[in-house]
Amino acid sequence: MGTREVVLRLEGITKRFGKLAANDDVGFALHRGEVLALLGENGAGKTTLMNILFGHYTADAGIVEVFGKALPPGAPGAALAAGVGMVHQHFTLAGNLTVLENILLGTRPLFGLGLGRAAARARVEQLSRDFGLSVHPDAKVRSLSVGERQRVEILKALYREARILILDEPTAVLTPQESDALFATLKKAVALGLSIIFISHKLHEVMAVSDRVVVLRHGKVAGEVATADTDRHRLAELMVGAEVALPHPAPGRAGETLMELRDVSTPSEGNRTGLRRVSLALRAGQITGLAGVSGNGQGALADLVSGLIAPASGALLVAGAAVGGWNPRAALDAGVGRIPEDRHATGSIADFTLTENAVLEGYARAPFARAGWMDWRRARGHAEAIIAKYDIRCPGPEARIRLLSGGNMQKLILGRALEAGPKIILANQPVRGLDIGALTYVQECLIAARDAGAAVLLISEDLDEIRVLSDVIHVISAGRLSPPFARGSKTVAELGVWMAGQGFADAA
Amino acid sequence: MRLEPVADPGLVRLIGLPALALAGMVGVASVLAMLAGANPFAVLGLIVQGAAGSKFAALETLNRATPLIFTGLAVAVAFRAKLWNIGAEAQLYAGALMTVLIGTQLGLPGTLALPLMAGAAILTGGLVLLGPVLLKVRLGVDEVVTTLLFNFIMLLFVSMLLEGPLKDPMGMGWPKSEALPRDARLPRIVDGLRLHWGFGLALISAVLVWVIQVRTTLGYEIRAVGQNPQAARFAGIPVGRVMVKTALLSGGLAAMAGFSEVAGLKGSLTLDLSPGFGYTGIVVAMLALLHPLGVVVSAIFVAGVFVGANSMSRAAEVPTYIADISVATALLFMVLAILLTRFRVVRG
Repeated sequence: MGTREVVLRLEGITKRFGKLAANDDVGFALHRGEVLALLGENGAGKTTLMNILFGHYTADAGIVEVFGKALPPGAPGAALAAGVGMVHQHFTLAGNLTVLENILLGTRPLFGLGLGRAAARARVEQLSRDFGLSVHPDAKVRSLSVGERQRVEILKALYREARILILDEPTAVLTPQESDALFATLKKAVALGLSIIFISHKLHEVMAVSDRVVVLRHGKVAGEVATADTDRHRLAELMVGAEVALPHPAPGRAGETLMELRDVSTPSEGNRTGLRRVSLALRAGQITGLAGVSGNGQGALADLVSGLIAPASGALLVAGAAVGGWNPRAALDAGVGRIPEDRHATGSIADFTLTENAVLEGYARAPFARAGWMDWRRARGHAEAIIAKYDIRCPGPEARIRLLSGGNMQKLILGRALEAGPKIILANQPVRGLDIGALTYVQECLIAARDAGAAVLLISEDLDEIRVLSDVIHVISAGRLSPPFARGSKTVAELGVWMAGQGFADAA
Repeated sequence: MRLEPVADPGLVRLIGLPALALAGMVGVASVLAMLAGANPFAVLGLIVQGAAGSKFAALETLNRATPLIFTGLAVAVAFRAKLWNIGAEAQLYAGALMTVLIGTQLGLPGTLALPLMAGAAILTGGLVLLGPVLLKVRLGVDEVVTTLLFNFIMLLFVSMLLEGPLKDPMGMGWPKSEALPRDARLPRIVDGLRLHWGFGLALISAVLVWVIQVRTTLGYEIRAVGQNPQAARFAGIPVGRVMVKTALLSGGLAAMAGFSEVAGLKGSLTLDLSPGFGYTGIVVAMLALLHPLGVVVSAIFVAGVFVGANSMSRAAEVPTYIADISVATALLFMVLAILLTRFRVVRG
């Protein structure tokens, strides 16, 4: 392999944001016809590196070479022109156009006559056959599944004659079965002489699909190994710098039902899936895990439990009684502690201090307020208590929360929710993007809350996390909820079948 | 070129950049003065002298600052909640209208009339802004458009009243309301000096708004809704209700400008009561970074530039437009300076 032609070379890439070195002397080479996995935790510098490659950022030092030619720094488009194609995590497709139109978008001169559709269609069809990317060229993108949209993105890159493909976390939105299909496509692509960089933080995928692995940690290359010479444990160690200890909680002791959904439906809005006749019981002393491909109604269920929306039909019962006037305030008053999916957009106010953020949910009541007057001394005391108890690294309670790392921000949100003594806890993607220390801590807090008698609803796209932590698992697909599966009663493959939408009573 | 956030701007930037902005404004004004064929140093000297060179000049500046403090506070309060109230002008005229109606039509004694005039003005100003805000909260109608258009509706409405039912029969045909009776006017703060109690009320309002913002739950709610409505809603803050309260507060403050101009200075309502105080209030609030106490300082500064340029223009024959341009460049430079305290320009 060492003798093969080098198609992409990064050398000495360094990029600083203030005091933080997002990339520190990063270098590696991609050979013709190989899949190179770029492995690292969120925040390890993968995205920054790709932004430098594509000219969105200018590196402070270092060079990028494609097919032996150095790319001019900070010139978006140079990498594209040199034959590097990127498939982003969030697709960049126009839903109201067809597959073919999306592929042609931006490849035609602005004032040209005619589109040359027939020739283009023939090429697109040829590419889909060669790479096993079956998708109908005349289908509107709006009507495609997520997996199909991803195929369109790959076709788009191939149509532009990309010889190097970069896939950023491509499996985050796929079912296990769809991921396998993607891997098959990638094998075909390298057999045809393409080279692929596969960005991921999922070890088993990296093991399944790559030839070599470059591991990034804290912006540095922590190791470079041939996939055949390594295993998941070694990679995990490289990635986090220590042996990973997943929690192995003892099974919870289920108590009474604290919150219950009976045949609840909510409307779908835009491309947000609503709930379809969902019945669910959240019981004390139990972690209920919600597995599913993202965008299948998790958002609607989370919004419902946290009070942002009310059931359109069906009943929501808290402690056995139907709720009326369900809104975020009512949810808080009913003892629901909420950890929202997006800690920046929903969970905190960036320019507010830690103190102000710590009382965001409780500001209007004693002891933080009396007759409309804030008691900032008490509020600061509350923030200080959370900072100490949850070990939040920060300059102090008067610092703006935007200065905190994701993990510390999440700890504040966790502390804010748990210190209110919630009976029901909604944890929506509670550890996404956290480093291993914060991740373990947050998971331990949730287990401790469960053991103290809270009913926990855990929503995650990470099937491993769901399987390890949950006492009961439901799968959500197209807004429908599967029956409860007890801990350990279903394999990953079996859950995958449910995630793909099979097995439901009203399978459609 | 890109902007990168600066974690800690440091004292040099925090003080130096705004100072540089003021210097930039002075520079532009000097160039304009030279173009007009005058000695820039003389012109600047005359402006400063005209704004603060004598007791009379200084009081004139404070008088001119009074409505600007009110409209500046109105804008600052609303902008904090990201409620883009461009309609302070309409709310000002609504306040002025109620002041004149109650002051001239009810025939109440002054001690009763003045508080009633102010109260009715505040309420009406708030209600004028309430319409656009309800449209925004309920239907998502852009309040920039509705509040802006309300300015013209209100001005034409007042014009109609001044040409019709409210026209002063003794006004020689001018579109002008009857004058308020002597005892229904705001007294002067110091006998014999032309500074009325409207200025005192403006200072008190600024302190009150400041206290509301930092000490009350309402102030906390307004800031939370303004900075991140999604997080505010998630946390159980009633976003719509907070918007309505903000509207009542903001509209009421703008209406106080109308009350204070009529009851403190003019004594009657005419169509030229406000030379755009509502719009200038936006500049005042932005220059003050929406800080209520800063509004007082920036209102006095802006008023000083206008008053000083007026007096300079009589002496040096340089057009008063220099004041408009100076205030506009001051705002642009200040906005730039503030941006540069928070961000650093990076090449590439």
